[in-house]
Amino acid sequence: MATSALDQQRAHAAAGHAEPTGLWSWLTTVDHKRIGILYGSTAFLFFLIGGIEALLLRIQLGSPNNTFLSPETYNQLFTMHGTTMIFLAIMPLSAMFFNFMIPLQIGARDVAFPRLNAFSYWVFLLGGLFLNSSFLFGAAPDQGWYGYANLTSRQYSPGMNVDFWMLGLQILGIASLAAAVNFFVTILNLRAPGMKLMRMPMFTWMSFITQVLLLLAFPVITVALILLMFDRFFGTHFFVPAGGGDPLLWQHMFWIFGHPEVYILVLPGFGIVSEVLPVFSRKPLFGYAAMVFSGAFIAFLGFGVWSHHMFTTGMGPIADTFFSLTTMLIAVPTGVKIFNWLGTIWGGSIQYRVPMYFALGFIAMFIIGGLSGVMHSSPPADLQQNDSYFIVAHFHYVLFGGSIFALTAGGYYWWPKMFGRMLDETLGKVHFWLMLIGFNLTFFPMHILGLNGMPRRVYTYPEGLGFETLNRLETVGSLILALSFLVFLINIIKTWRGPRNAPADPWNGATLEWSIPSPPQEWNFAEVPVVHGRDPLWEAKRERGGPVPEPPRVSGQGIHLPNPSYWPLVAALGVAGVMVGVLAEPKVGPWGIMAGGLILFIGVFNWAFEPAG
Amino acid sequence: MSDHAHAIEHPETSTGLDSRKLAIWTFIGSECLFFATLISNYLVHKETWLSGPGPFPHQEWVSPAGQHFEPIIEIPLVTLGTALLLFSSLFVVLALANAQRGNRKGLLLWLGMTIMCGLFFVGMQVYEFTHFVHKGLTLKTNLYGASFFTLTGFHGTHVTLGVIWLITLWIEAFRGRIPPAKSLNLEIAALYWHFVDVVWIVIFPVVYLIT
Amino acid sequence: MHLRTDALRQLRRWLPVLAVLAAACSPDHYAQTALRPISDFARIGDDIQTQTFYWALGVFVLVEGALLYAIFRFRGKPDDPEPQQVHGNTTIEIVWTVIPALILAAIAVPTVRGIFATSAIPAGDALKVEVVGHQWWWEFRYPDLGITTANEIHIPVGQTVSLRMGTADVVHSFWPPRFAGKRDVFPNRETRVWFKAEQAGEYPGQCAEFCGIQHGRMAFRVRAQTADEFQTWVAHMQTLGARPAAAAPPADSVRTATAGAVVPAQGKQDAAQRATGKDSSATTPAAPPVDPAYAAGEKLFQAKGCVGCHSLNAVNAPKGMIGPNLANVGARSYIGAGSFKNTDETLARWIQNPQAMKKGVLMPNLGVTPEEARSLVAFLRAHQ
Repeated sequence: MATSALDQQRAHAAAGHAEPTGLWSWLTTVDHKRIGILYGSTAFLFFLIGGIEALLLRIQLGSPNNTFLSPETYNQLFTMHGTTMIFLAIMPLSAMFFNFMIPLQIGARDVAFPRLNAFSYWVFLLGGLFLNSSFLFGAAPDQGWYGYANLTSRQYSPGMNVDFWMLGLQILGIASLAAAVNFFVTILNLRAPGMKLMRMPMFTWMSFITQVLLLLAFPVITVALILLMFDRFFGTHFFVPAGGGDPLLWQHMFWIFGHPEVYILVLPGFGIVSEVLPVFSRKPLFGYAAMVFSGAFIAFLGFGVWSHHMFTTGMGPIADTFFSLTTMLIAVPTGVKIFNWLGTIWGGSIQYRVPMYFALGFIAMFIIGGLSGVMHSSPPADLQQNDSYFIVAHFHYVLFGGSIFALTAGGYYWWPKMFGRMLDETLGKVHFWLMLIGFNLTFFPMHILGLNGMPRRVYTYPEGLGFETLNRLETVGSLILALSFLVFLINIIKTWRGPRNAPADPWNGATLEWSIPSPPQEWNFAEVPVVHGRDPLWEAKRERGGPVPEPPRVSGQGIHLPNPSYWPLVAALGVAGVMVGVLAEPKVGPWGIMAGGLILFIGVFNWAFEPAG
Repeated sequence: MSDHAHAIEHPETSTGLDSRKLAIWTFIGSECLFFATLISNYLVHKETWLSGPGPFPHQEWVSPAGQHFEPIIEIPLVTLGTALLLFSSLFVVLALANAQRGNRKGLLLWLGMTIMCGLFFVGMQVYEFTHFVHKGLTLKTNLYGASFFTLTGFHGTHVTLGVIWLITLWIEAFRGRIPPAKSLNLEIAALYWHFVDVVWIVIFPVVYLIT
Repeated sequence: MHLRTDALRQLRRWLPVLAVLAAACSPDHYAQTALRPISDFARIGDDIQTQTFYWALGVFVLVEGALLYAIFRFRGKPDDPEPQQVHGNTTIEIVWTVIPALILAAIAVPTVRGIFATSAIPAGDALKVEVVGHQWWWEFRYPDLGITTANEIHIPVGQTVSLRMGTADVVHSFWPPRFAGKRDVFPNRETRVWFKAEQAGEYPGQCAEFCGIQHGRMAFRVRAQTADEFQTWVAHMQTLGARPAAAAPPADSVRTATAGAVVPAQGKQDAAQRATGKDSSATTPAAPPVDPAYAAGEKLFQAKGCVGCHSLNAVNAPKGMIGPNLANVGARSYIGAGSFKNTDETLARWIQNPQAMKKGVLMPNLGVTPEEARSLVAFLRAHQ
């Protein structure tokens, strides 16, 4: 059943020849590093799209009573901006690093399930395309990224907008679950000899906790979306009051997923910063055990705070009190992390390279986001803050000031490892300052606007309420922010043209990924390393009394690699096909779903029976 | 190629557990949340039949509008299906034991019995669903119906997929392709099958026995 | 010397900008601010928020200060000697776990008190107002006073107002920031909020839960009045209505909102009342019947079908109407749910082409000519 191209590739892999190139090699790759690059480039593209959506929103809000965007377009854009940034940008950018770095950090040759890994990427790509194809139909989702019932019922949202959102999210959920199973097993099972759990790098630890969150939170939103789908397609009334349903049930189900989701969005960033700070302070992470346990505690508690998103719904004083107290409690381990980061740089010898700029910027911004979060935790105060721009400020400080700054730090930090080239330091610093200034100009005033009465998700505002000045300032800020990303793009393009000659260890790193060539060879490690403690590379350098020599590129003879395969892509097309079938059900009946199901079956069966290699 | 495949079969892992076994446990853990949400949803809505419309499976009742409904549930049938599903878990354990011992005939017998039980269970559910629809309780009738069909329907789908998986393995065993070295393939399916059974052990009393 | 005058010139150029920005940071710049509470309920939240803010500010200064200090104090060069390799310190871990926990406990105590205070049911002599959210306007009913109005809620200063709230369609949120934090409104359950206004005046409020295309223009006005003014207003409103009429209307001229509202539609009796636009205008004392524009407008209000969605009766107003009650529309400051100033010109524009002003609103373009619009404006303006 395999094509000759695939056979040739498999022969190459078995013989340890040079890595194959060309489109087909990318479509059939099961190499975690390539999959990481696929995730990263796709996610970055979606990030830029989400950013353009944001710029359009800011232009509309730059003046009162503006008619730059119609209300429907505005509502579609803010919904897509949120959905894109969360599901198509931040999560897959984290996935880029999970893919590329986790096996390297634990000393493994690949992930536990290379084809499942590839499958999760293709499903993600198709999910993102599905979601964005809605624009072509003029029916982009327009109900907000959390799609509250009963606005999402057929009656009040008759078009396909909600369907695109609902089904698109299901597709993306499958990608996340597949990836989570893979990384959970990889981290537990494929660690190099001596790499005990409490010796793992912090990025791997935080990513591990993130996989657990994904595994436990996504099934809940899956069910919620199924119930919504049944309401919209099969006439049930789960969330429709006329039939006895309860819109509040949606809110509970959504936020039981939604709150762990925000930790899914930020924990990988925590892990990245916990790696960058020690390297560029030239001392180990302060309080490793406290950092591991606080991360685990945050994840655990994260399942117990969800109704703090619902303080305005009148749940009653007992529920309000419970969730208020758990929310305050979760601030404690979060604070512990911030203090341990400070403890890491304290007394260090701080090297001001670009990754460190972004890591320090992350701490500064995340403190602000965390503090506004504490302000929300008190229901009587939150009754004013909720659904206002004060919340918009909070979550942008933790998601942009937090996650994006951290992911950018990771980008600059791991760029040489992934691509064999250094990014330009000067352009990087310009990027940082523009981003820091632009970010704060855009989002800090939102605290003020929110507390002074500007609600969120409004496509315009009238004159006379005083909102004009700060909105104009924010729009200017957003343009500066956009400019910072232009600088980043220029940096990437400029350095891409240069030679691929970055050293294995440009930063004096502590962890295993820096002990192999940049970029790594397909099998990662010529010899599987044996680990004796945390920061294994620093330990090795200490034993040698000096730097470790540049690792040579070897032939790879005798190292067995998993076979490439196109069945994950076929199976992914089947998944997408089923969802497209559901969307098209009113027009084509069950045949679309059955066609998708058939493709899925064929993909999975062949996947199961082909030799994994 | 087969030498390589052999080398992959039992790699050394940090936990000592085969990665595929760990993976199915992980998947099962995630699926527990899936069914927990569906069961919670059912529990939230199970009293909604009180305002009608439509029948309630368990007992004869008269709706506020004066409509008279007969009970439509058939406890004996569902109990039989439940018992068979429980036995099927035993059968698949026996099948696995035979596979690990290299007894192809025993493997085919017990795996076949497992499949039969699974098919009966699915058949029972199909019969029950059509019976309910015929009696007037559909997905759309009321929230009880919606929650009932969604919960048991998704469980039934999981059983069906499990049956297909087991049939595939039966065919492989028939062709002699499940020697003891490959018994892990069956073990993973068996774990999934046990999970599907355990979920039913929760659903059966919650939905059928507690009124 | 040159540098200093250059700098001064720059500063002078930027000063007005900075002054504008500084002004925009003061709550007094904002009519809808939550930071200038004028009710007891709003003060509860404001007190807690102020306390929390000062704790947050303190933590911010300390922690960001430490960060900035470290950034400068511990900067190093690549060839500097390796710093001391500290792995952690158990004592300090405990300290910086316990201290934040104590600060949070200090916030938790007033928080829990405030939760129970704001959840309390107000005393029996509170003024009851029912709030119903609609896409995209607000309905206000005073059950004990027998009157209904829309988009402008009148309340007496110095008396507790108890709001019982719901929606006729999707989830909205009622937010009058000077008086209270927001409370979401649901189609299948009642939510409540209460407050006692301390200061008279007119204040804006807005919907704060995304509810569809025109969520951005679902505002309302709070008219806090002295007890006397409020009584006058109530007495006046109580004259704006017909006694229940007998005539059954043509069925197809009647459109109702969907079922599931907190205050459900009442069917046939309401239908009868809805059709009595004629009767109500006959009993409205405010309009001098001699104006021909008024008479023309009265006819058009029926002929164009306005009566199908809007009631002109403040008393015994039917429930479940799609459009806002217009009994006192002439006297309101804004139309379109707090969106546009209620001038004759704006009202005329709205009547002719509501879709152009608030796209997606449930009021269709009814093909009203400018002449007809003028008549309708005269008619409606008389309804004060």
